[in-house]
Amino acid sequence: MVLLDTQRSTRRIPTDKIFRIIATVAGVYVLAVIVLIVFQLYSESYLVWEHEGLGFITGAEWNAVEGRESFGAAPYIMGTLVTAGLAMAMGVPVSIGIAMFISQAPKFIAGPLSIVIDLLAAVPSIIYGFWGLLVFREFLLYNIEYPLYDVFGESVWLFSSAPFGLDIFSASIILAIMIIPTISAVSREIMMAVPHMQKEAAYMLGATKWEMFKLAIFPYAKTGLIGAAILGLGRAVGETMAVTMLIGNATGPNAFPQTLFQPGQTMSSIIANEFIEASPASLHLPALIGIGFTLLLVAIAINIVAHLLVSRMLKVKEGVINA
Amino acid sequence: MMQSAVQKRAEYRALFKHNVRGRLVIDKIAMGVVLSCVIIAIIPLGSILLEVFKNGIAAISVEFLTQVPGAIGSGTGGIGPAIQGTLIIIGMSSLIGIPIGVMSGIFLAEFGDNKLGRTVRFFNDVFMEFPSIVLGIFAFLTIVLLLGHFSLWAGAFALSLIMFPIVARTTEESLKLVPLTYREAGLALGLRQWVVTFRIILSAAKSGMVTGILLAVARISGETAPLIMTVLGSSQFFAGFGSPMDALPLRIWRLSLLPYDSAQLQGWGAACVLIMIILAINVGVRYYFATKSSAKGRLFYRIMGGRRK
Repeated sequence: MVLLDTQRSTRRIPTDKIFRIIATVAGVYVLAVIVLIVFQLYSESYLVWEHEGLGFITGAEWNAVEGRESFGAAPYIMGTLVTAGLAMAMGVPVSIGIAMFISQAPKFIAGPLSIVIDLLAAVPSIIYGFWGLLVFREFLLYNIEYPLYDVFGESVWLFSSAPFGLDIFSASIILAIMIIPTISAVSREIMMAVPHMQKEAAYMLGATKWEMFKLAIFPYAKTGLIGAAILGLGRAVGETMAVTMLIGNATGPNAFPQTLFQPGQTMSSIIANEFIEASPASLHLPALIGIGFTLLLVAIAINIVAHLLVSRMLKVKEGVINA
Repeated sequence: MMQSAVQKRAEYRALFKHNVRGRLVIDKIAMGVVLSCVIIAIIPLGSILLEVFKNGIAAISVEFLTQVPGAIGSGTGGIGPAIQGTLIIIGMSSLIGIPIGVMSGIFLAEFGDNKLGRTVRFFNDVFMEFPSIVLGIFAFLTIVLLLGHFSLWAGAFALSLIMFPIVARTTEESLKLVPLTYREAGLALGLRQWVVTFRIILSAAKSGMVTGILLAVARISGETAPLIMTVLGSSQFFAGFGSPMDALPLRIWRLSLLPYDSAQLQGWGAACVLIMIILAINVGVRYYFATKSSAKGRLFYRIMGGRRK
């Protein structure tokens, strides 16, 4: 490295400045890409916004036949919200349970268990979908859906359509399985961030483990846990392949979610299903891009809220450590 | 504050004073529920791995791994182009994504302690969670429409968008772990800052960065949604960067849409190959860190924490 000195000429090229500029450009790249994505998706879907107006969000007709073109995304927006909501309802309690277990378990259990949960996150969506389609669907159909339909099919509207296995219910369960690793990993982090003094104080008062969670950890970690759940919601909203393979892919007003056991459609699944067949010359492609744009806005909003909540919580942790 | 402390104490008393047995029972029940949560989460993973390996191994043969797909429904042929395509796409997106990600990580670690740095870090984290299908649409609009046909470039670009934020954050985390004294020592020797960064800091932070890159590769090798509208899929071997190509996840999807048993079997085979690639990367990285010194272990947990998947 000493040799570098001898190579130095009198007129130094400002390499450090160049280095800094290149690094800054690479850093700003992400901002540029986000702005470009939002702009591109809006401008390419402009035609459908012009054609449908707000009806694009509220309408339910989906017709790509030339001359009778009509596009309304309401059933798919609702489909996304319903499946993601159901997935949250099932996935969040389980994930928080896992985080509680890992944060309390001795190291030789907690370590391997975290790895297993992380592996759950590493399995790609397409494999969840394939497994769901060929294995899990039958299990659900015969062990959960038919019994529920037989008992409640007449009385409760939720269970009133004949189950087929490819429906909102099975898509939500697959989604729940897929968001468990996300939420439990972040919740574990959050629970570990609760200062030891809080836990010790609760124990000192004679609290049992469960009471310690109730008195010390949950009140302290509430914001962060909500953030973790919202992060999972963001995942669930954007998830594509597994849902596409299991939700049954209805279109038009039929896709509007009414019962658990009916086929539905989400924003991402209709894009995956129809994008390739859509003709760029018609309104079909702009309509799909418009759905993508809506999905993007929803995802950005969810993730910004989640990151603000989680990072605030983890910042508190850093403050405690430094103090 | 004082008042609330008094109130709290009264509350705790009311809670703890009586009924010890009842409280212990509730505690046991809570622990049981928590444990069952863990079991509920592990069952699907066990089932997936079991089914994929059980059915997949039966499908795998030399012919299956190297041949082009046979006629639809015939059950002959293999997934050679898909494996080739996945490898090529991984390579190409790494070529685009890793330099950007590493430079962006350097920016965040070395020059990121200001408003711009914080903004970039925040949106980098948000961008990591963007729905991948939206990135696919973006690549379609910018590259496929520009070139006029589906191509490997578009797929690689879409996947590089998934890759670079992960690489950036892991690079940043591992660079931050390199002690300040290394930088000072380098600068004191009269080295320029970029020489210090590239020759000293990066080599000290190598293992953390490699982890980040490998995990990013594992992540993109299973991505399907952005590939649908970019590389499209094909049943032929590589025919140039500007033409459509097959990939393992795409092939699994196409096979899952076919009603034949033989197609399902081939799908399991393809899923098995894909999951072996991904698990090999994941388990390999984890094993490497688990067996190394505790400093690396700490680094690993820091990175995993920073990644916050």
